[in-house]
Amino acid sequence: MSDSLSSTHAPTRRRFPYSIRIEPRLKEPPRWYPFAISIGAIVLALMAGGVIIFLAGGDPLRSYVHIAKASFGSLGVFSDTIVKATPLILVGLACAIAFRMRLWNIGAEGQFFLGAFGASAVVLTPLLPPDTSPWIFIPAMMLAGILAGALWGFIPGYLKARFNVNEIISTLMMNYIAVAWNNFFIYAVWSEGGFQMSHVFPKSAWLPRLADYAKEIPIFRGLTTHLGLLMGLGAAVVVWFVLYRSRWGYEIRLIGDNPNAARYAGLNITRNVVLVMMFSGALAGLAGMSEITGVVHRLQGSISPGYGFTGIIIAWLAKLNPFAVVLVSVFFGALILAGREIQPSGIPKMIQGIILVCLIASDFLLRYRIRIVRQAEEA
Amino acid sequence: MTNTQENKDHTRKSEDLVVDMRGIVKRFPGVLANDLVDFELRRGEIHALLGENGAGKSTLMNILAGLYRPDAGVILINGKPVTFSSPRDAIEAGIGMVHQHFMLVPSQSVTENILLGLDKPRFRLHLNEYHQIVADLSERFGLKVDPRAKVWQLSVGEQQRVEILKMLYRGAQVLIMDEPTAVLAPQEIEGLFETLRSMVKEGKSLIFISHKLQEVMAIADRVSVLRRGKVTAVSLKTKETDRNELAKLMVGREVLFFLDKSPCKPGEIVLDVDNLQAQNDKGLAALRGVTMQVRAGEIVGLAGVAGNGQRELAQVITGLRGCTGGHVRLRGEEISNSPVRLGISKGVAYIPEDRAQVGTAPNLSVTDNLIMKSYRRPPIARGWMIDTSEATHFATQLKETYDIMVPSVETPVRLLSGGNLQRVILAREISGKPSLMVAMQPTRGLDVGAIEGVHRILLEQREAGAAILLISEELEELLSLSDRIYVIYEGKIMGEMQDSDIDKIGLMMTGTPLDQIRAKGA
Repeated sequence: MSDSLSSTHAPTRRRFPYSIRIEPRLKEPPRWYPFAISIGAIVLALMAGGVIIFLAGGDPLRSYVHIAKASFGSLGVFSDTIVKATPLILVGLACAIAFRMRLWNIGAEGQFFLGAFGASAVVLTPLLPPDTSPWIFIPAMMLAGILAGALWGFIPGYLKARFNVNEIISTLMMNYIAVAWNNFFIYAVWSEGGFQMSHVFPKSAWLPRLADYAKEIPIFRGLTTHLGLLMGLGAAVVVWFVLYRSRWGYEIRLIGDNPNAARYAGLNITRNVVLVMMFSGALAGLAGMSEITGVVHRLQGSISPGYGFTGIIIAWLAKLNPFAVVLVSVFFGALILAGREIQPSGIPKMIQGIILVCLIASDFLLRYRIRIVRQAEEA
Repeated sequence: MTNTQENKDHTRKSEDLVVDMRGIVKRFPGVLANDLVDFELRRGEIHALLGENGAGKSTLMNILAGLYRPDAGVILINGKPVTFSSPRDAIEAGIGMVHQHFMLVPSQSVTENILLGLDKPRFRLHLNEYHQIVADLSERFGLKVDPRAKVWQLSVGEQQRVEILKMLYRGAQVLIMDEPTAVLAPQEIEGLFETLRSMVKEGKSLIFISHKLQEVMAIADRVSVLRRGKVTAVSLKTKETDRNELAKLMVGREVLFFLDKSPCKPGEIVLDVDNLQAQNDKGLAALRGVTMQVRAGEIVGLAGVAGNGQRELAQVITGLRGCTGGHVRLRGEEISNSPVRLGISKGVAYIPEDRAQVGTAPNLSVTDNLIMKSYRRPPIARGWMIDTSEATHFATQLKETYDIMVPSVETPVRLLSGGNLQRVILAREISGKPSLMVAMQPTRGLDVGAIEGVHRILLEQREAGAAILLISEELEELLSLSDRIYVIYEGKIMGEMQDSDIDKIGLMMTGTPLDQIRAKGA
């Protein structure tokens, strides 16, 4: 029990009059506390990163300023940050909703690829002729991406519900299938002139970008932010609404918090496992669709630098809150962009790692408190 | 202080006392698990530690086995005071515990499991040598098990023997068996008892934790009884006591609460349980032909020592467990083996035994916990949505009616005390205006004030015409609330009582059917 934990962790040193005790929190910390802890963790991480930059012969302060400038310095780079953040928002939401029910969907990456495939299929099969109006093209591609992602979520969901197959393993393995599936099509079926990529989509299948409106609004010139951002923000609202305002979301939260209580309240857990996996897959699929139609404009091999896996981290850092997912995604988008900027030093990757470790470790302080006690007191 | 006086006594008696625990106190957040408990074990005896679930038996023994540290009190082993900071210390002092849940590695052999965590053998296992050592040891104590077999191939009884061998191999002189019979089939229990006796012959001393009276009477030389963290009997000789007395010591007979109870006006039969059979989680028969009826407007008590099928009965009635035979009818309609939702929609309310693990979702708010059974119906449901203002309104109303003490209905329920948590559950279950209410241990672990509140609510429901099945191990609670009492023993109903003849109930609780009691009396 909790008491034993504190007693086994507390070292009893005879000589030194003080000892550190780690005690489980019995009371809820105040509301500001989690934020303060998170900010403290980030500051600590930046300081640790600064030490390493210094040891490597750099100037920590200047490096940080450079990183900040590279991702937030101007409207142009901020727009690029947003472009990077867009798929992250959607996969982050995909993971957040699954994790809410304690379904460990590690397969957002595969669902992302399948979503990209589904959207491409509309153009490349072709299901719709190239001169179709964007008003039909884009919704059709969205639908295809969502359906393909949902299917990729349905399979592990059904296996879990029906045969209790561990979803961590099945979703992880299905990532490899998804990548290989896409490769088959770009190497063989839709290969353009022997290159491992499809031909470029017709313009009507591109998601509109801000730059497209530069004629009317000059300030938008060169900005690559595309419609996918609105999809991401809309999805955040939808996920929040589902989780906190719908009967289904209530069931998800109840099952996630205490499956025994959910069974006692008469909920159908197996059906929800399948549905939530499909919802999660659909969001990740939409991320794939948005990336392929908003940025890449063709189906090719390297469409994701591990967005699906980053989504897992984002969902956790956001504490599974849909709106926090948006903020954390922008932060990660900035780090990815800065990484490209300062290549090949690897410093941003390292800072990203240190921040993650610090943030995750700081969670400990929410559940335990550290007390320094006099030995005499303890006896 | 009388400490010095007591210490002198210790030295005098220490000759034959292997374990002597004095004034043990252990607190957990919100619970006083052991309140000045004394316990002693003589060399070469089997000493039973008897008590209900949650009486503090396991806590006391976990202290002795070095898993917990006591907040106060002394432990003397062979007359010498000791302080254990880990189970390793306890084993070095010769005390080993066989836990209820085995701690074995299924893919490894018996010998490997026994050697696990020891300093010797150091690097190479020399398995053949050790197979022989284990075989010799098991021969000596009559613990038949193949040292080469993998643990997953063994039956539960054999796995238990491996656990015992593990302790014997480590040189344990005192063995603590935590409810060793709970996982065994009846034939295996006899085998275990033989083993225990042969261990005593070899000079070991045993502590046998149980809440099953007949087993205690069959195996133990002496018995100590715990009740709500306090000792109610120290070292009674089993020959000088009987099941009936032990049952009373275990479930207690405190002053009856005065309850303003109007005469019973039973209506139609609401719950009709007919020859019901069901299995427990381990696949053993838990219900073996239970038949009972509960009418509208009456409270029917179900008495019995824990683990005689009460939990399974409640689960079958509420749809959480399937049955293997028989019927459960609600107003004449079959409801066994149907989904939980059907029962809920037909007005079956259930107050589960385990408030935190089953009855509530700890991190969700009071509101979310209160709407658990009504979120599907309007006004809280609005199509596929939940009307949050309606839900908050509903929760606030219940909070006021049932005096749930929380700063706000948005507070997560894990911060609530036991009594408040129970009020949340009661409020929720009653708000559905139930026609049948199954209340299992509704007052366990609550303080006196909260207990009275729960009792009052149950009586109000009876007045309102609900049929109430009250399952409890507290005899006085059953006697003061119930209009009729059934007694269950090993999955069978021993009889039905209209009056509160506590001696007869005690006899039935220990396995004598009412017919036999009457036959003897006549």
